Amino acid sequence: MIEISNITKRFGAVTAVDDVSFSVGHGEVLGFLGPNGAGKSTTMKMVTGFLRPDQGTIRIGGVDIAASPVEVKRWIGYLPEGAPLYGEMTTRGFLRFIAGMHGFRGADAEGRIADVMEKVSLESVMEMPIETLSKGFKRRVGLAQAILHDPRILILDEPTDGLDPNQKHEVRSLIKGMSAEKVIILSTHILEEVDAVCTRAMIIANGRIVSDGTPEELLCRSRLHNALRLSLAICDLDETTVGRVVETLRSLPEVSQAEVSSQSDGTLELLALPAGPKPLAGPVSAAAHANGWHVTGLHVERGRLDDVFRAMTTD
Amino acid sequence: MANVRTICMRELAGYFGTPIAYVFLAIFVFLSGIFAFYIGGFFDGGQADLRAFFQFHPWLYLFLIPALAMRLWAEERRAGTIELLFTLPVTMFQAVMGKFLAAWIFTAIALALTFPLWITVNYLGDPDNGVILASYLGSLLMAGAFLAIGSCISALTRNQVIAFVVSGVVGLGFVLSGFPLVLELVDAIAPSIVVDTVRSFSFLTHFQAISKGVLQASDIIYFVSLIVFWLFVNAVAIEWRKAA
Repeated sequence: MIEISNITKRFGAVTAVDDVSFSVGHGEVLGFLGPNGAGKSTTMKMVTGFLRPDQGTIRIGGVDIAASPVEVKRWIGYLPEGAPLYGEMTTRGFLRFIAGMHGFRGADAEGRIADVMEKVSLESVMEMPIETLSKGFKRRVGLAQAILHDPRILILDEPTDGLDPNQKHEVRSLIKGMSAEKVIILSTHILEEVDAVCTRAMIIANGRIVSDGTPEELLCRSRLHNALRLSLAICDLDETTVGRVVETLRSLPEVSQAEVSSQSDGTLELLALPAGPKPLAGPVSAAAHANGWHVTGLHVERGRLDDVFRAMTTD
Repeated sequence: MANVRTICMRELAGYFGTPIAYVFLAIFVFLSGIFAFYIGGFFDGGQADLRAFFQFHPWLYLFLIPALAMRLWAEERRAGTIELLFTLPVTMFQAVMGKFLAAWIFTAIALALTFPLWITVNYLGDPDNGVILASYLGSLLMAGAFLAIGSCISALTRNQVIAFVVSGVVGLGFVLSGFPLVLELVDAIAPSIVVDTVRSFSFLTHFQAISKGVLQASDIIYFVSLIVFWLFVNAVAIEWRKAA
């Protein structure tokens, strides 16, 4: 659906996007991750046709965006960063304007407006000027204008930035609800979001793609992937006991490393890192049983996207 | 064409959605009246015409039109809505044209609201209404040229105050180049061909020609080509400064 080949964009001496190529297909929700200034927004602005790449081509549904920008823009819904809107207009007036720009008139336009109004729950603010709305509502109006013409492609630049947890949840469920029938590209700083809504995650740093895979694959790269957190209840905690427990864990062939993550009276918490792909829970609980440890907690870590992100975006 | 209309309507609604519209209309009608009656000597002339009224239009536009044009693009850039606008299925021409037309229609409304003067002069005497109509058309054309300049400069900045001041200065250049004082100065230091060129670039020269009641093609072409030129630069400026 979207094919991007070797696009480069420079701003003066700065290369914001450096020879980036990728393609996105139907049903995919692609998450752009990366530090500020990595080139996420610039890439999105080029895909939406707002900026023209200095080099490279962008094809959408087989059509070159540089050749027929207006045609391609009809297929795209875009929520720019910070959801800029015409503040002096009412929500209804604004959505009417958007509908008009997409060529919907009369009852057709009103039908579409009623449709998105319901989808993103804007009923209560339809007659209010947009500048008086809360951040959450503004973001929803931004989403409403992006989906009003039922585009095949949805591009959302930080759709949940600055929202409270409930609003974030709402926006995410909305995105998830649409993911089956659309191609969605979104950018975010929030790593859990990638895990929650994306089928594919791409890490961008310094204008280049440094990683491209499913969120699962990204997690696998984490040091903590498949690590085991173990909590033991031990009455008389002294150094020898602790040392013995750590040694026992280290002696297991499946464990590459074991360390004490915290200890307080009566409770010892340990972290064991895997030596290979084999799960640790089995051997560790067997060892616990054999040594008569009183296990109060056992938790397998999936890994931390933060770690992966930091490792990949810092030199 | 539908897009031009949609953008134009949005922009017009934008004017009337803020106090700007009413303040502008009130000031325009009030000032044009003041100028005509007190400074222009409307009654002293003893003639039934509106020359006293029209002769101040270039000066009125000099600061009122930049106030109207300053928000056209600067606000769009400041708020970031320019990104929204140009990711809609719209061409640069449609966007520039829609906004310009909105401001121009607004100016036409302001001009139309000065109709009591026309009624007055018809009540008091027997003026040449053809001349008055030509003057109104000339004034509207000149306003269009001021607006095109203002719109273009508004596209170069995200600061409305800068847009206002710079458009005022550029507009002043176009007005002053027909001012006798300036022309004499140029005459003293340059050959007469330069003087004629400078004069031919002036709003005053062309506007005065039209307001004598003579609608010459050259004067109309002058204003129309100025509008086209500045709107073209406007489009180029937006494309060039889009990312900034």
